[in-house]
Amino acid sequence: MQDFTPISGLVGGLLIGLAVTLMLLLNGRIAGISGIVSGLLTLRLQETPWRAAFVAGLVLGALAYILTPGGGGAVQVAASLPTILIGGLLVGFGTRLGSGCTSGHGLCGMARFSKRSITATAVFFGVAMLTVYLTSHVL
Amino acid sequence: MATGTLRVLAALASGLIFGLGLAISGMMNPAKVIGFLDVAGDWDPTLIFVMGGALLVTIPAYRVILKRQRPILEDNFSLPTKKTLDASLIGGSALFGVGWGLVGFCPGPAVAALGTALPSVLAFIAAMLAGMGLHAWISARKAG
Repeated sequence: MQDFTPISGLVGGLLIGLAVTLMLLLNGRIAGISGIVSGLLTLRLQETPWRAAFVAGLVLGALAYILTPGGGGAVQVAASLPTILIGGLLVGFGTRLGSGCTSGHGLCGMARFSKRSITATAVFFGVAMLTVYLTSHVL
Repeated sequence: MATGTLRVLAALASGLIFGLGLAISGMMNPAKVIGFLDVAGDWDPTLIFVMGGALLVTIPAYRVILKRQRPILEDNFSLPTKKTLDASLIGGSALFGVGWGLVGFCPGPAVAALGTALPSVLAFIAAMLAGMGLHAWISARKAG
């Protein structure tokens, strides 16, 4: 097993849970990143400021960690540029068609025991595992 | 302070904690996410602890909060209204799964990783926004 880090995983997970909880308690909203980000593609007086603030926070919160000693190697992308572009398109289109991603369905929807979210989460985890299996061990 | 300003600050605070949590958890790193998705390889189960940690907070917290009449800074909760499974949900999630498996980025970690200014992150975000825009364009054409 490589790099199994259960403690930092758990600590990070608890913080993510706290962030998702604050969003519901204060603003009454699901902290689904694909939904929040895609909402920024249209400018709306009531919507754009809080969406932009959330995204800015997401970047700055992660940046605080990246700037700590040893945080520089926090992101390693192995895929080639064409694969990155195809993957990005699929993630963007798929999360909108499927109404959510790992945060919206995986965390918020699962926490509400939503049938749609539990199904979506099972599908994207299953398909992602199959994709990695095919690209790493078959092709 | 006006409620509108407080809502923006609340979203900023939530985003900050979310970004920090993602980075600490290691899930901002596609190499680590692929280490989890690669069940037939050198499997790294960390992601289970991340989702588990988050759900440990959100499952009880959602139960308590949703018993309230309204959230603190808004008049109503804005929750998804669809209840039934449909082809869009399954097909969209499957397409997302392929993209996630190919690169190791889902939307949250990709956006959080923008601070690295890595060309691969910028390229992924540009393609992801294009995919979202394409979906919006097709939906608008269907509706029109």
